[in-house]
Amino acid sequence: MELDPLVLSRIQFAFTISFHIIFPAFTIGLAAWLATLEALALATGHAVYRTLFAFWLKVFAVAFGMGVVSGIVMAFQFGTNWSELSHRMGPIQGPLLGYEVYTAFLLEGTFLGVVLFGRARVAPWAYLASCCMLALGTTLSAFWIMANNTWMQVPVGWELNEGRYAPSDWRDILFSWVAWIRFFHMLLGAYLTTAFCIAATGAWYMLRRVYRIEAHVMLTMGLGLAAVLAPAQIVFGHLNGESIAEYQPSKFTAVEGRWQTEQPARLILLAWPDPANERNHWEIALPWLGSFVDTGSFTSEEPGIVTVPKDQRPPFLIPFYSFRIMVGLGLLMLALSWAGMWLRRRGWDRAPRIFLWITFLSFPSGFVAVLTGWFTAEVGRQPWVVFGLLRTADAVTPTLTTGEALTSLVAFVAVYTLIFSAGTFYIYRLLHGGPAAEPPTPGRGATAFRPLSASGPAPSADGRRRTTGAAE
Amino acid sequence: MSAVDAHLPQLWAMIIAFAALLYVMLDGFDLGVGILFGTTDDEDFRRTMMNAVAPVWDGNETWLIFVGANLYGGFPIVYSILLPAFYLPVTVLLVALILRGVAFEFRYKTQRFRWVWDWGFFLGSLAAAFVQGAAVGAIVDGIPVADGRFAGTPFGWVSAFALACGVGLVMGYMLIGAAWLVLKTEGPLRDWAYNRILPLGAGLLLFLVVAFGYALTEDLRVMHRWLERPWLLTFPLIGGVATLGLLAGLRRRADWVPFTAIACIFLAAFGTMAGSFWPYMIPFSVTIDEAASPLASLSFLFWGAGVVVMPIVLAYTVAVYWVFRGKVSDDAAYH
Repeated sequence: MELDPLVLSRIQFAFTISFHIIFPAFTIGLAAWLATLEALALATGHAVYRTLFAFWLKVFAVAFGMGVVSGIVMAFQFGTNWSELSHRMGPIQGPLLGYEVYTAFLLEGTFLGVVLFGRARVAPWAYLASCCMLALGTTLSAFWIMANNTWMQVPVGWELNEGRYAPSDWRDILFSWVAWIRFFHMLLGAYLTTAFCIAATGAWYMLRRVYRIEAHVMLTMGLGLAAVLAPAQIVFGHLNGESIAEYQPSKFTAVEGRWQTEQPARLILLAWPDPANERNHWEIALPWLGSFVDTGSFTSEEPGIVTVPKDQRPPFLIPFYSFRIMVGLGLLMLALSWAGMWLRRRGWDRAPRIFLWITFLSFPSGFVAVLTGWFTAEVGRQPWVVFGLLRTADAVTPTLTTGEALTSLVAFVAVYTLIFSAGTFYIYRLLHGGPAAEPPTPGRGATAFRPLSASGPAPSADGRRRTTGAAE
Repeated sequence: MSAVDAHLPQLWAMIIAFAALLYVMLDGFDLGVGILFGTTDDEDFRRTMMNAVAPVWDGNETWLIFVGANLYGGFPIVYSILLPAFYLPVTVLLVALILRGVAFEFRYKTQRFRWVWDWGFFLGSLAAAFVQGAAVGAIVDGIPVADGRFAGTPFGWVSAFALACGVGLVMGYMLIGAAWLVLKTEGPLRDWAYNRILPLGAGLLLFLVVAFGYALTEDLRVMHRWLERPWLLTFPLIGGVATLGLLAGLRRRADWVPFTAIACIFLAAFGTMAGSFWPYMIPFSVTIDEAASPLASLSFLFWGAGVVVMPIVLAYTVAVYWVFRGKVSDDAAYH
């Protein structure tokens, strides 16, 4: 593969968007979790909620900061590297991005300041309202991004106007059922990601025998939420699959791994493709189930990849395998959360260590599922950038030189590596230290360190909390 | 077609111009504080400087994305010409904004490597200010456009005038940053900031006069515009009055005056420039009407985002600034 501006731009976009999505996937759920904790603290007065709030707020601040700075890159990259896309599709995609700024970014950016620094300056209800605004902002951001991306997957409501695409009916674009299904699919994915990070942190503390009360709350809330959301996610995932079957047969057949049209169709679990001969070298498949998962009938005819013209087929391996990783992780999260709910009846103190270990090690499951889900969606859309309307190869900036593209790619890889390593390490240290840990920065005045409220070493109101973290 | 519809492109261009002005004032002061941060190694000063902008920098920076996204949606031709034209400067800007953005959190997470994030904060702020100024200078110089697309080369934007504009904006941001510190801090840091206003202000004023003179003499079209539209002189007049106000405020040490006066100088400089080129969005090749999205896109933005959402945004932005009014105190920091 020659390193031309197109290939470099694709690598850069894939790299920067993958890096970026990790943080929204985490902070969409965290913002909602913080608002919930703050509401619970106000409603019940239990100190544990305030402790957890102050603790997760620090994690949120680091993760959100990385999400913000990596997100700015996205808003300009459409123009720098994909100017033909923005030139032709701007009248539709631009306003959608604009609404994300109006309703989401400004809300988040402004209320983040209040949530991080304003506790002492506003009334408790106003503080809670600010947390809710932050959570609302992250949710709206997800909506506009999904509306925008869905338009690239299933373009609707457009008309051609002197070589440029213009909106013919915004209602078709905004109320496309595919967009709404994918919005909820993304939102649930984000909540599951956060739920497993929180549950994993609880399991970690249980394994280390620290912060028992906080660990119980985190395990119950994290796994409890996942136990409800994981089945819902499977339903929305299935609905999303139906929309792909309907609108994107090229992606659908690649994800299914089926070269020839079959009736009844098999469900291919694993395979290695042989594109030259339009078949799989080897495969593990279950009879009839391919028809069943698509139509609910055991006998329906299902199309193969060969029904798609060769120059319109996406790559095979990435959509095929990333889809399977995503589904596998979804099933794992379902199993873990339901097992957790069953174990909880006897109390978390009696939960087997092996369960706690698995829960602890499952912390990346949501991130990997979100990433592989996006790989499936985006690579499966190729060779189109806007499905059926504009090819990726025709969307790249015509004047872009290899030198420019290489420079920016190297710069982004270098700076993202730096901030990702540091940020991950700081989050790890925050989580390891736990709710009672002092920040590791001597040399500042004691008052400057005073966290928002009860997260210091002072005993909490209900007196049950073990504050052993700092002593370890 | 209603009366509003007929003027939507102009209306939307004005909203973008307003947002751009808001951006240079708001992110201007926190970028400026970031540059000033690098000129002192007093840890107390540095911490207070950071606290003075920490609650608002993220909201401020969002106005840049606002401008970008609205150009994308309202004037995709301008968006798809300017970003390729400034490919390398935009890359520098983004990397710079990343490094300075993470510094707000990261510098308090480490003692040993704090210097890394402090340098990132300073150099990131400096580079972001410089490339913004240079890009504006290059736009004034003119950008090669053919068939609604950028038709230049990777370093075509470089010129003495563009680089001078970069330096000018660095001075401008440092100036408004110093004024913000005067407004938000007390004691030795406020005095330190006061002492920086006069030299920075003198430097900026000199730059503005020279740049304006250069633009008038180099490009006759700009000169004609000023002869045709003498009311444009209101803007330099505002700048002059604001400068006098600034001097008076410095003498009396009224902490709110420098920021207000310098914001007015920013307004004057911005208005002078916008007035010189209106209705061109890229002088003198792309006008507002040529670049505008179809009516369906603009009215979708106008009636929803402009009429409904924008007032809410302005209201809560003002409310949050009100919440954080007054001098910063260390105990408000959450770290």
